[in-house]
Amino acid sequence: MSNLLSNILSPGFFFSIFRISAPILYATLAAIVVEKAGFANIGLEGLMMFSALFGSLASYYAGSWVVGFLTAVIVGVVMSLVMGFFAFQLQTDIILVGIAINLMGSGGTLFLCKIITDITEGKAMASTTGLVTSGICIPNISIPLIKDIPFIGEVISGHSLLTYLAFLVCILTSIMLYRTSLGLNIRAVGENSNAAASVGVSVLKIKYIAIGFSGLMSGFGGAFMSMSYAQGWSQDMVAGRGFIALAAQAMGGGECLGGMLSSLLFGFAQALGIKFSAVGLDSNLASPIPYAITIISLAIFGFVRINRAKKPKVAA
Amino acid sequence: MGDGVNREEYIVQMKQISKVYSNGVAANQGVDFNLKKGEIHALMGENGAGKSTLMKMLFGMEQPTSGEIVINGETTVLSSPSVAISKGIGMVHQHFMLVPSLSVAENVVLGMVPKKGIFIDKEKAIEITRENAEKYNLHVEPEMRVADIPVGMKQKVEILKALVRGAKILILDEPTAVLTAQETEELFRELTTLKKEGYTVVFISHKLNEIKEITDRLTIMRNGRSMGVYETKDVSKEDISRLMVGRDVVLNVQKDPAKPTETVLKVRDLEYVNEWNKKMLNKVSFDVRKGEILGIAGVEGNGQKELIDMLFNLNVPDAGTAEVNGRSIIGLPQAKIREMGVSLVPEDRMLYGIAGTASIEENVISDRCAKKELNNGPLFKMSEIHKLSEQLVKDYTVLCKSPAQQVGMLSGGNIQKVVVAREFSNDPALILADQPTRGIDVGATEFIRKKLVELSRSGVAVLLVSADLAEVMELSDSLIVMHNGRIVAYFRDAETLTDEEMGEYMLGLKEQTPEEIRRVCHD
Repeated sequence: MSNLLSNILSPGFFFSIFRISAPILYATLAAIVVEKAGFANIGLEGLMMFSALFGSLASYYAGSWVVGFLTAVIVGVVMSLVMGFFAFQLQTDIILVGIAINLMGSGGTLFLCKIITDITEGKAMASTTGLVTSGICIPNISIPLIKDIPFIGEVISGHSLLTYLAFLVCILTSIMLYRTSLGLNIRAVGENSNAAASVGVSVLKIKYIAIGFSGLMSGFGGAFMSMSYAQGWSQDMVAGRGFIALAAQAMGGGECLGGMLSSLLFGFAQALGIKFSAVGLDSNLASPIPYAITIISLAIFGFVRINRAKKPKVAA
Repeated sequence: MGDGVNREEYIVQMKQISKVYSNGVAANQGVDFNLKKGEIHALMGENGAGKSTLMKMLFGMEQPTSGEIVINGETTVLSSPSVAISKGIGMVHQHFMLVPSLSVAENVVLGMVPKKGIFIDKEKAIEITRENAEKYNLHVEPEMRVADIPVGMKQKVEILKALVRGAKILILDEPTAVLTAQETEELFRELTTLKKEGYTVVFISHKLNEIKEITDRLTIMRNGRSMGVYETKDVSKEDISRLMVGRDVVLNVQKDPAKPTETVLKVRDLEYVNEWNKKMLNKVSFDVRKGEILGIAGVEGNGQKELIDMLFNLNVPDAGTAEVNGRSIIGLPQAKIREMGVSLVPEDRMLYGIAGTASIEENVISDRCAKKELNNGPLFKMSEIHKLSEQLVKDYTVLCKSPAQQVGMLSGGNIQKVVVAREFSNDPALILADQPTRGIDVGATEFIRKKLVELSRSGVAVLLVSADLAEVMELSDSLIVMHNGRIVAYFRDAETLTDEEMGEYMLGLKEQTPEEIRRVCHD
């Protein structure tokens, strides 16, 4: 037990919280913006899977993480716009479109991977269900001065470029939503699309922008997963982060700051799960920890919210 | 009309406009409509007469199937609201097109936001709003959230929105439906000012008094066709109603004096704080007795909706009691409440009143489909159900092809008749009638009002909530007024009141003593 505690109180543990939270935060921001625009994109998981695969493939063939990163982002955006086309213009239920993307993201990516790379068992590059592209990863960055501060330096410095970007994008997204006319239009469309349409705001355009943004974020998240978090792509590697993000969006009250805190909580839960298995807890017991914490925290959050709504009544 | 000299006189001409929807419904057939610069023009007609459709085409929200629209002498295709706005046309919809969580200023500039670099220039937005509010004498609070402002101000925000976008022609769809007497007067003053400055106003309304008071000319529609254009001063109210419904409508409901007996509904100290921490019900106590109609007047949003919700368990109060014939109804399932003889004519008929895609028949039996008479073991007795629904459709004069027709396809008035047919025919002890005639045509309104009076005289207790002052005053035997979640006045005899008096109580300018209000509890 003391072993576990010393493990948790180490800078490495806190470092891993940020690292684990980053992809969840990207997906959470995606969920936040589409929710503000009045719909839900449950296909974030699938989008991230596709971005992760193509990012990894592109970086491998081009030998450059930049190419891989851009490819991941473009794939995420394009696929999200295709989702938008089905949902907004062909009038398919957006939930069904999301389910389709998720199923494709799970089985389809593996299929594509095998077709494109012709990988079979035993080849050096990868196993049957994954690619290994070590050596062409998104770089980690040491922050001068900060890196020398004891403990804090170890926690904050040395993260992947995309980890820092996640928190920066979180702030930018909040500014976009509340300080720019695009954000105003997104919120107006989400709350009363007729009102927006009646003053000449193109509802369709705004919805496309919102879902495109969710694709962009999924692209960042997917690229992070296969090019930084892991050194390559493997089947179902996103592992529910796209769904956890939907929970983080709800728990964060649909706002960027709340979403960030929720993402960090889930990051903490996963980091904890990893630590538990590190100290010898059966992995079958350790691996459900993050998901259990997700459910429990959602329940507590719901309970608190209901109570908070009622509390002043008792006082009054 | 329509030749030489006249053509220049009109700023808008809609010629031989027809609109046939894809489901085959002809909403407009060969309608001629025109506007002179600087007039207030009434567009009148029953529900489903095609007024809204006609105006939606003028605002570019719908496209005519055939016909021509001429604006300032130019034939124009109004392909979208943006095009209509660019032609100087603005519309204030019956259901406000506002975003509640945004501020008044943000709503006003939405779609044309002033910018400072890439950011919204909030000060500038507020300034634009304030300047225009002063210029047009429309008082609004630019920095308040729309969710927090009263209905009257919301309407002003809507008018401002149109004016800021350069509208010279304003279409107002039933603007007074939600306003108090005072607010209506204020609106009329503002419209008169706009008219003097050369603005043209289209005023859609059912209310004959208002039309006579404020408009210059009027167009009457019936059944998708125009029944002609008249100078308002040349036609009497009776003429107008005859043209609208094609028969004489008795505007005053005839009723014998009420002879109330024992208490049916007893409400004591009901309290409720809503999710935004606003006290919506504050120690509300009253009785409704057998054989009387108790009206609740008040500006919308002063607790009436919450009160009705509590009485039908659509929401749970924080404190207080409500009893029907001595038994508490708080928290009981709706089926139990119905068993006790409570009927509800809900405010939102599309949401709570009907299942739109189900048939008339299915809708009218929905509250009694478990009854023995209609069932044969696990199966319905279809013959009995057909008989019942046919009878109800006949009794309540629901205009439809057959009881098998989808309810959602009917006009507003006929949908409401379906609701009423179900709610009134199940031998109720208490009827909760929430805005029973909102937005429906004169014929259906009259029918429903008569039914309410008839039922009350036969011994049913009726609680009537209505934003239509004339309705609540004419129909009720006694009246309570709600303001800010409290009962602020009780009038034993509703007939002696004037609109102005009522308005003062509704707006909270006046309040009775607790003793006077207490008289509504007949202990």
